[in-house]
Order: sequence, then C-alpha cells, then structure tokens
Amino acid sequence: MAFENNVDVEHPVHDVRMAAIKNFEEKGFPSKKEEAWKYTSLNSLQKIDFSIFPKEQNALEYKDVKRYFIHEIDTYKIVFVDGIYSSYLSETTHDGVDICLMSAALTKPMYKQIIDVYFNKIASKDESLTTLNTAFSREGAYIYIPKNKMPKKPIEILHFSTGNEASLLLQPRNLIVVEENAEVQIIERHQSLTSNDTLTNAVTEIFAAKSAIVDFYKIQNDAATASLIDNTYVDQKDKSVVNVHTFSFGGKLTRNNLNFYQNGEYIDSTMNGVTILGEKQHVDHYTLVHHMQPNCESHQDYKGIYSDSSTGVFNGKIIVDKIAQKTNAFQKNNNILISDKASINSKPQLEIFADDVKCSHGCTIGQLDEDALFYLQSRGIPKKEARALLMYAFANNVLSTVRIPELKARINKLIAKKLGVNLGFDL
Amino acid sequence: MLKIKDLHASVDDKEILRGINLEVKAGEVHAIMGPNGSGKSTLASVIAGNERFEVTQGSIELSGEDLEEVSPEERAHKGVFLSFQYPVEIPGVSVTNFMKTAINESRKAKGLEDMPAKDMLKLIREKSELLEIDRKFLSRSLNEGFSGGEKKRNEIFQMAMLEPKVAILDETDSGLDIDALRIVASGVNKLKSKDNAVILITHYQRLLEYIVPDFVHVLHNGKIVKSGGKELALELEEKGYDWLKQETAV
Repeated sequence: MAFENNVDVEHPVHDVRMAAIKNFEEKGFPSKKEEAWKYTSLNSLQKIDFSIFPKEQNALEYKDVKRYFIHEIDTYKIVFVDGIYSSYLSETTHDGVDICLMSAALTKPMYKQIIDVYFNKIASKDESLTTLNTAFSREGAYIYIPKNKMPKKPIEILHFSTGNEASLLLQPRNLIVVEENAEVQIIERHQSLTSNDTLTNAVTEIFAAKSAIVDFYKIQNDAATASLIDNTYVDQKDKSVVNVHTFSFGGKLTRNNLNFYQNGEYIDSTMNGVTILGEKQHVDHYTLVHHMQPNCESHQDYKGIYSDSSTGVFNGKIIVDKIAQKTNAFQKNNNILISDKASINSKPQLEIFADDVKCSHGCTIGQLDEDALFYLQSRGIPKKEARALLMYAFANNVLSTVRIPELKARINKLIAKKLGVNLGFDL
Repeated sequence: MLKIKDLHASVDDKEILRGINLEVKAGEVHAIMGPNGSGKSTLASVIAGNERFEVTQGSIELSGEDLEEVSPEERAHKGVFLSFQYPVEIPGVSVTNFMKTAINESRKAKGLEDMPAKDMLKLIREKSELLEIDRKFLSRSLNEGFSGGEKKRNEIFQMAMLEPKVAILDETDSGLDIDALRIVASGVNKLKSKDNAVILITHYQRLLEYIVPDFVHVLHNGKIVKSGGKELALELEEKGYDWLKQETAV
C-alpha cells in the first residue's frame, strides 16, 4: 500500500493502528444499506480522489483568519492548517494543564502513562470511519486537565484547509482528559478556505472523571465543498457534567456521531444542537446515550431549520441498562421546514431495560406559525425580519445553555446572518 | 381618518364580511359590538392587513390612502395598530428588544435613524409607568408565560410606544380583572387625543364604562346592522343580541 512509507512502524501506537487498518479494510466505507447510514450517502465523497498526506503547508496570516476565532476574548489556540500544526497561529500551554499536540503526546515519554490509559479506549474499534481515523490520524489536540484545575481561558481548536491539494482528506484526532473536579471549555471549528473538496474524518475522545465539567462547542459553518464526519466519544464518571453543543450552519455533508457513555452515578449529559441549512446541504445527527449506572440524567435538544433543498437527519438512541434505575432521559427534536423541497428524517430509538426510569422523546416538524408572523408584522416588523425573529425564538432554548457570552453572541450573529437579516438588537 | 366602504372579505371562500361601511374621524372612539361569529375580529384583522383574509370587494382608506396593496408592516408604519385578542408568545425576545425593533423598523421606513438608546429607555420608562408595568416585566420574553391580564396590558403598552393614528382594540377587556381593566382603560384614555382614533371591539358593555365611545355599531352576519350613540351599548346589554336575529330575519 502506498501509505506504508508514511506509517511509522516504531510508533508507540503502531499496534493500535494496525488493528484499525485491518478493521477498516474489512468493513470499508459505510453504505446506505446499513441502518445507521440509511439517510446519508457517502457515495459522492468516495468518488473524489482525496490526498491523505498533504505535501506542504500553506502559511496563513492571522488577520486573514481572525474572523474564525472567538477573537473578542483571549483563548488558548490549537490551530492546524491542512492537517499540520501551525505554531504561528497557536497558543498552547503546559502551565498546570497540558494544552498541546496529539503528535507530541503520542511520542513523548512524559505522556505515555496518560496515552496508555486513555488513547483509543472509548473510541470504537469496530466502527469503520473511526478506525480509519485511528489508523491514519497523525495530529490533533491533546488536552489534559489535572485534578481540581481549570485552564485560565477557553480553548479553541481550529482546522483550516487552504486548497493546496485538489482535494484533501483530514483526519484529526483529539484526546481530552479532564480529571476529578477539573473543568474545561472547548470550541472546535473546521473551516475550509477554498472551493476545493475537503473531507474531514475527525475523532475526539473525551474523558470526564468524577465531578469534572466539560463544555464542548462544535461550530460547523463550513464551505459548500467541505464535508465533515465527526466521531465524538464521551466517557463520564460519577457526578461529572458534559455538555456538547453542535451548531450546524453549513458544509456540504455533515455527519455527527456523538456517543455518551455514563460510567458512574449522578452524571449529567447534555447534547444540544441548532441546525440551519439551505441549498443542498445535508446534516445527520446520530446520537447515542448509554445509561449504564443508576441516578443519571441525559438531555437532548436539537432544533433544525431547513430551507431550499437541504436535508436533515436526527437519530437519537438512548439505551438504559437494567441496572440504571432512576434514569432521567429526555430527548427533543423540533424542526421547521421553510421550503417544500427540504426534508428531515427524525427517529428516536429507545432501548430501556430498567423499570424505574423517566424517559421522554418528542419530535415535531412544522412550518412557521402564520399568526405569529402577522403579529410581528402588525407591529411594523417587515416579513423577512419577522420570520428571522420567529426562527431565532425557535432556536433560542438551545442557546440558553451556552456559557461563554462572547460565543453566544457570535452564534447569534451567525444565526442572523444565516437567516439573512440584521435585527435591531443583539439577540 | 379611516374610511371603510362596502368591505367584503372571506377566508377559504367563506364570506365573513358582507359589506361594511364605517367612517372613523380623528378624535373619535367607536365601539363595535355583536354576538360571537358576527365578524368583529375579522374586521380588525382585515384593517390591520392580515393576508389570511381575502378582500373581495370594497376598500379601506387611511387618511385618504387606499390600503389594498399595503402590507401589515407598512400599515403599522402608517399608524394602524391592532391590540390582539390572543397575543403570540415569542420566547427568547424580550419585551424591550421587541419594542426597540418595532420602533426602529418604523423609523427606518420613514427614513429616520435608529432612536438613540437614551431616548428609547426614557420612552420605555414613561410608557411603562403609564400602564403601571414593572421594569422586570420588560426583560421577560414577549408574552411567554404572561397571564391573560399581563398580555393585554402589554398590548396597550405597545400601543403607547408606537403611538398609532388608529388603534383597534380587539376584545382587550376579555380576561381582565377589574383592576387591570381600570389600568388598561386609563392608559387608553390618556393616549387618546384629537389626532388619533380608537376602535373598541367588545362583546360586553363593561369596557365602555371606562372608555366612553362616541359611536356604537352593532355587527351581525358581517354587516353593521345598527349604529348609535353610547346609549346603544346599554340597550344591547339589557336586551342581548336575540332581537338582532328577528330584526334581520324580517
């Protein structure tokens, strides 16, 4: 195989990688025949001849990409350009916490203990795209927050693609370990700066120890030629709180495989999403919460607004093991279809084996309320702005849990922009 | 100020208004009464420009201008205001921000700059005091979780903010206890001037004790079947609407 020259057989995780390659070779890309991929086809992506290893790095100036950062506040930054770390754009630290590079963590002896315990431990060894990443990923963010620590500022992980290659496959790999009573806030964004095709197949493993708090925000507002398959795995211990927000506002095809495993009691897991799509964009939210211990909660709230010929999928799976009594699991998926050509497939999947649980799920698909629209217009608000205001109101619940005000403001602006309006106030 | 001529309107091919004639001059208060289903709320909606209803015949003029092709928002900019019977809840948008947007959109339509924040705050303070509205109330999401009375008071607060030429109050008295009714009515009375007009749509005479009309019209089967002075409302209260059926049957 051509890529063998690029594989370092001496690498500490070589065996893990070889096993992953074997799995991917057996399984290949998932097809629509598989239940989990029924509504999302990767066929068109497979026809593209992606380069796996970029030849050279394109230099980016901060001023050119500043707008993709939450630049109103100070943050740690781990930035990759065409898959390669950009020290120039980044700000890492080893001051009490480790916010640095996966490549360093995988090779330097000082990280070996953590890598041995956590690397590829919660990520699937079976799911083909995850194993494809395990096999070939070289770079990503490594974040280690020791007991009782909290970084001084949020962390941004940014992946830029510059179009240096005709078409580029990126496979970032992140490992985030948050020890007991520690806390971290992370914002992740994939941004293509080119009209060349890019495909990102990302894997993130998050480990939240006892009483740890993790806020993870995913901003997906990519170019029309950029596709993303995001595989995120979360392992939670007693009393930990993990919130993952997914803002899907763009990109050609986006698949979010978001998996939560509750390995303890009194855990809180939140998955919130706002999706606003147009043109021929496609997004597929595929979530799993596995309640494996008693007295835990999970909350899912996904809102979608689909216009033009855009399509969406929400598949929310909740498993409650027999032992997991007193589980509270809530799931909501509400959608507005703006055009006749837009569509959404919404599917809850509940597998409940315990008898003393509260589980609810609800899904709605509708149009904008005409009475509400008239109400706003009758106050002098033009139809376009009135529609935007209603759509904003619709998505608003999901934003109330965003805990970084500047990020919230940014998301609000993105929503307003996406809806094509400039409202008279900061929403 | 508002001139309605032979107005016919229908929804889903069902005719609801069957030839309304009404003229409202500046400084006047008109009450429109009538039994359920007579077309009162439809008339209010049609004046405000609700596109759910189709005007099949006749015209509505505001200060001499035909409103036929005028959108609801443009009617608002020109001074039409409708206080809704069932105001809509808008989560995530505060009363204050909603009013800022409404006022600035209206100013934009008139080619004016946004109202300076200081003036806006002053205006909000004045008008909220007029309706005895708590400041905390203004930062709540619009109508979300409001009681019936709070919603109606908020409607009149919006009217106070927007200072319309013609205000149509659709069943503003329903769902109000006597104290709230008094506050709302006194607010409306303070906003009344020789330059604007008020149309009260109501089922009962109760509101008219507080906001005294110059004219009372009885709507039945989509037509104004009787008009008179304020004493007509008392007569209606006493006799009910049954006599209408007999009278119109003849």
